[in-house]
Amino acid sequence: MSMNKVLEKKLLEPLSGNHAVAYAVRDCDVDVISAYPITPQTTIVEKLAEFVASGELDAEFLHVESEHSALSAAIGAAASGARAFTATSSQGLALMYEVLFIASGMRIPMVMALVTRALSAPINIWNDHSDLMASQDTGWIQLVSTNNQEAYDFIIIGYKLSEREDVMLPVMVALDGYIQSHTIEPVQLEDPEKVRKFVPKKKRPVTLDPEKPVSFGTLGDPDWYYEFKIQQAEALERAYQAYKEVSSEFSQYFGRSYEPFQILYGEDSDAILVVLGAHTGTFLKAVEMARREGMKIGLGVIRMLRPFPPEVSKYLSQYSFIGVADKAINFGSASGSYLTNDIATSLYLEGASSRITTYIYGIGGRPVKIEDALYVVRHLWRISKRLEEVPKKPVFVGVRY
Amino acid sequence: MPIRIWDIPREEYFVSGHRLCPGCGAGIIMRHLAKALGGKGIIAHATGCVEVSTTYYPETSWRIPWIHVAFENVAAVASGIEAAYKVLKRKGIVDPNKDVKIVAVAGDGGTFDIGFQALSGMLERGHDVLYLVYDNEAYMNTGIQRSGSTPFGAWTTTTPVGDVWIYGEWRPKTRKDLLFIAMAHNIPYYATVNPAYITDLYEKISKALTIKGPKLIHAFSPCPPGWRINDDDTIRVSRLAVQTGVWINLEYVNGVVRVTTPVPRRRPVEEYLKIQGRFRHLDKEAIEKIQAMVDEYVAKINKLVGKEVIGPVER
Repeated sequence: MSMNKVLEKKLLEPLSGNHAVAYAVRDCDVDVISAYPITPQTTIVEKLAEFVASGELDAEFLHVESEHSALSAAIGAAASGARAFTATSSQGLALMYEVLFIASGMRIPMVMALVTRALSAPINIWNDHSDLMASQDTGWIQLVSTNNQEAYDFIIIGYKLSEREDVMLPVMVALDGYIQSHTIEPVQLEDPEKVRKFVPKKKRPVTLDPEKPVSFGTLGDPDWYYEFKIQQAEALERAYQAYKEVSSEFSQYFGRSYEPFQILYGEDSDAILVVLGAHTGTFLKAVEMARREGMKIGLGVIRMLRPFPPEVSKYLSQYSFIGVADKAINFGSASGSYLTNDIATSLYLEGASSRITTYIYGIGGRPVKIEDALYVVRHLWRISKRLEEVPKKPVFVGVRY
Repeated sequence: MPIRIWDIPREEYFVSGHRLCPGCGAGIIMRHLAKALGGKGIIAHATGCVEVSTTYYPETSWRIPWIHVAFENVAAVASGIEAAYKVLKRKGIVDPNKDVKIVAVAGDGGTFDIGFQALSGMLERGHDVLYLVYDNEAYMNTGIQRSGSTPFGAWTTTTPVGDVWIYGEWRPKTRKDLLFIAMAHNIPYYATVNPAYITDLYEKISKALTIKGPKLIHAFSPCPPGWRINDDDTIRVSRLAVQTGVWINLEYVNGVVRVTTPVPRRRPVEEYLKIQGRFRHLDKEAIEKIQAMVDEYVAKINKLVGKEVIGPVER
């Protein structure tokens, strides 16, 4: 075992998040790629086009005329039994909105990379999570990576999870625009043969095949629609356990594993700060710096946004004070934050009385410096020591008034 | 030799039990499309009358694999299916000799309007797909609203007749012309078909299915409730459309246009208009205007063909 590990050990590749995604798509031997350019996603489909042009990946590359068509073509391809992929950001995801629900409602297995970016208006090509968060109720499984290795791994895990017969749902893999998409990090690429052994192509139970005619996307009247939707909701719920199984198999193959929700420095902490996405590293650094100052704050990292991991409330209910860092504004909602709404609901359902402070940060690509993260951690610590009141509204980090 | 009625296969792949209206032109078109496809087709369908009326879960009228995703994207869905079969055959996952014909079907709303962009993309990329539009000249599924294909002067629920809108003021010219749109995309095959000329319709669909690349077939599809005609007038109104020159059965193959149903002597357009309630409000002046529009279009087609295949009006 250890000898094999040594033999398999390869050099790490310096890759941007987008290229890491493209390599994962190549290694999964994806059959159909439908591509439409949008910043900051574009270099994913550019790299994939290079793979197809050079023959490194045998796939059909569709230069579709919109993101709406990109997802529609991917659905057609996946329904025909092919492994399909597309990628998008921001306005592209917004244009797909209608089709997102159809992909999950029709139980289409596929993977889409979402390179997160702020939504217009004003038009803004920089990063935040407004696209990711606004699509959380579309019935997709959402995996949120915190670094480029995770982006690579989640694409592979995504296909395995999506194509499971007890799941059959589309998977969205999020990586943060620029902070991951255009930043080079060392990434352990795996042997494509081994990846393909991990995600083998199996015959799907139903496809569009003239030998066995079926009708996809029929009319569901009030007598049937409800049952369709309950089955879909149950499949998404099952995806949580399925993810744990896939993730554990992935760790046996490749030695890396990712919990849907992970707590760091939890044992002795007075409060937990919950984060997701690329700034996890920044907040972790701040937590570690604060701990050296004697502020016992832990970090909770969400890697599975949908289905929302049930252990979030189980773990968080042990703490009196929770901080939630959200890189999106949930306009007009109870807390003003998507993430806080979910966490507060789950805590309430658990019967917990933890108090939550919401921190909105990094909107529209506003730089998140270590000082900003430290401000959040120190603020949360002061709340946990009752040196400060729990604010009723979100704390807007880094905004000019 | 042209196809005769008994050359059309008896096997049905679009079967009874659907909920289309009595006399629906689209039903006739779908039945013959399905016959032409036989056991080799896959159909992607845009949202519309035929889609909702033929796949009412848990029933389906299709003995052909069929998929509906949304309204405006059928050409993209069909592109994805075609791409999937292409690559799966190449990789040996699907038998490379398997003969699979991919067809996209949409109404005029799903083609002329909301699906126009996806259609253009599919034609431009050159997918091996037959796109068939059943054109009933309005949004019939939602209850007769004007589309980009609604003819000048027609009443619909969004082009009602009043003191300001007496006739056609909402668009004082002819509708979009798919022939020239097809030509602009430089596709190998385009044809117009009409249910009153069923062998011509069947032959064109069959022929299109043998041609590689993107094909577009534009089908005249009377809608009894929307056009305010009797259930048993579908074929009569379809034939009158051709006899008056309102509709020209033609074919565009690799850059050459050919009229497949020549009309040496045209009947006045009034005969076509007067049996349809949707044109009931038109006065003499309006009818003359429509006649002039038809004359102009006929002249345009004759010029394109290079001879007078559609003759003058015989009063």
